[in-house]
Amino acid sequence: MSAIIIKELTKKFGEFTAVDSVSFSVEPGELFGLLGPNGAGKTTIINMLTTLLLPTAGDAEIAGYDLRQDPGEVRNNIGIIFQDPSLDIGLTGRENLEFHAMMYNIGSDERKKRIREVLDVVGLADKADILVENYSGGMKRRLEIARGLIHYPKVLFLDEPTLGLDAQTRRSIWDHIRNLNRNYGTSVILTTHYMEEADFLCDRIAIIDHGKIIALDTPSGLKNCLRGDCVSLTIEGRVDLIAAALGEKEWVKEIVPKGKTLDVILSDYEKNIPDIFQTASNLGIEISSINFSKPSLEDVFIRLTGSIIREQEGSRQSVRRDRMRRRMLR
Amino acid sequence: MIQRKVIYILWRREMIKYFRARSRMAGAIGMPAFMLIFQGMGFRRVEFPGLPESIGYFQYLVPGIIGMTLLFTAAYAGMSVIMDKQFGFLKEVMVTPASRVSIVLGMISGSATTSLIQALIIMMMSVLLGFRLPFLPAVLSSFMIMVLISMIFINIGLILSSVLKDFHGFSTVINFIAFPLFLLSGALFPVSNLPASIRILSYFDPLTYGVDALRGVLIGHCEFSIVLDVCILLTLSVLMICTSSYFFRRAETI
Repeated sequence: MSAIIIKELTKKFGEFTAVDSVSFSVEPGELFGLLGPNGAGKTTIINMLTTLLLPTAGDAEIAGYDLRQDPGEVRNNIGIIFQDPSLDIGLTGRENLEFHAMMYNIGSDERKKRIREVLDVVGLADKADILVENYSGGMKRRLEIARGLIHYPKVLFLDEPTLGLDAQTRRSIWDHIRNLNRNYGTSVILTTHYMEEADFLCDRIAIIDHGKIIALDTPSGLKNCLRGDCVSLTIEGRVDLIAAALGEKEWVKEIVPKGKTLDVILSDYEKNIPDIFQTASNLGIEISSINFSKPSLEDVFIRLTGSIIREQEGSRQSVRRDRMRRRMLR
Repeated sequence: MIQRKVIYILWRREMIKYFRARSRMAGAIGMPAFMLIFQGMGFRRVEFPGLPESIGYFQYLVPGIIGMTLLFTAAYAGMSVIMDKQFGFLKEVMVTPASRVSIVLGMISGSATTSLIQALIIMMMSVLLGFRLPFLPAVLSSFMIMVLISMIFINIGLILSSVLKDFHGFSTVINFIAFPLFLLSGALFPVSNLPASIRILSYFDPLTYGVDALRGVLIGHCEFSIVLDVCILLTLSVLMICTSSYFFRRAETI
């Protein structure tokens, strides 16, 4: 049974189609990424899958329960970490977790045990009893992740889990996400517009733009579909000879001579580089240096959407909220 | 569909926040306290037609100010929902499997408790200022009436909060509703002194019956009958709870 099956899910806001007939499925234990620029429709998909928004058309099944028929059971089996903050800053960390566990009807002993457990997972055990308004951004995020785990969800949604966090905190949150995916076997769907994040974490990635899926594959699959790996050789000797010899190999896709260097576009460079050296030495040609590069997801994205991904430090709504929160606390 | 744990934790959250935010407590008590002191003392010797001589204006005013406290604190319960919405916490509440009815009941019970506490503070204050309390059973039954009054206005606040998005809008609308309700209710003067055209409006004001019932049990004087008052209050609170549950089930929370 798949963790999630989505069939032609669509959401319209008036005339505007935010999500346009999206279909995909996620396997149990998979780390699945939705990658796309802001406003591509990622959050709208998440909001529909977590029962906060009603789809205009299409169906979805989460952990075996139909989104429309059985929203209660869907809610029981999912956890979500929202893009914008969703903690009660007037409560302590522990009280936030306690609240959540009670809402999921977890009994008293079990509750205490699980709260201790998730606080350890995110390393907040010693900060649990101070008010959340005194937490740093990274601590709040970690608390939200802890909260998402308390009820042992089968499917966990993470909407831009590291938006606006510094590099170090981002790294530690990635580790948390990986660990919980491995240790609990939780299926994870995360949205992001950070290329490295999707590349580092996800088993498969769907690239979304203007409410549509424009590509869906493993990170390496996406990169391979681009053009393959590139090996640059600097040659002492006759460039044309080796270019001709390599041109006959079936794993070579393209050869671009540039003076003394030769760009070879090929598949599986790890496997085929020895062959390049072999060919060169058979011809008595010396390779003085070698350089390889794999295409990045960024290249894939540019190729597919014709634009670079638009980075932004935080969503406009969350900036507005922060401003308001400051005003209210005065 | 009624989950006790859900109601309890929502209630407890409200209590924790109420007792942590002392300034909120003091702020909400300020206005009725000033009314009690200045209006009550200033008009002490005024005699209203239609009021028995044995009841001084201060005795008459206290149940009205208690009603006012309940009206304003209860109606502002919607404000905390708006704040949860703005700060994203309401989404967290709504993605849980807790039944929507339990969520609404939890919110109501929390706010009802805080408004009752506020009203009791005002009551104690008025005793210090010279209000003569009736016997204990009458005081206890006045608590029941207070609960009914706060139910009605909490639900008005909740319904508004499910429709409105930001709290500037909310406080404007709630003031626009709460002030006329307060002034029309007879909290400050006997409704019978109003000209007939305006008096009719006061019959549509739930607080009129609330204040009247409070006067009935606390000072033994009312314009209608306590039974009628309580019946109206009871019917309205049940109706309002159903309406606000409906609105909450229907609302998309983002």
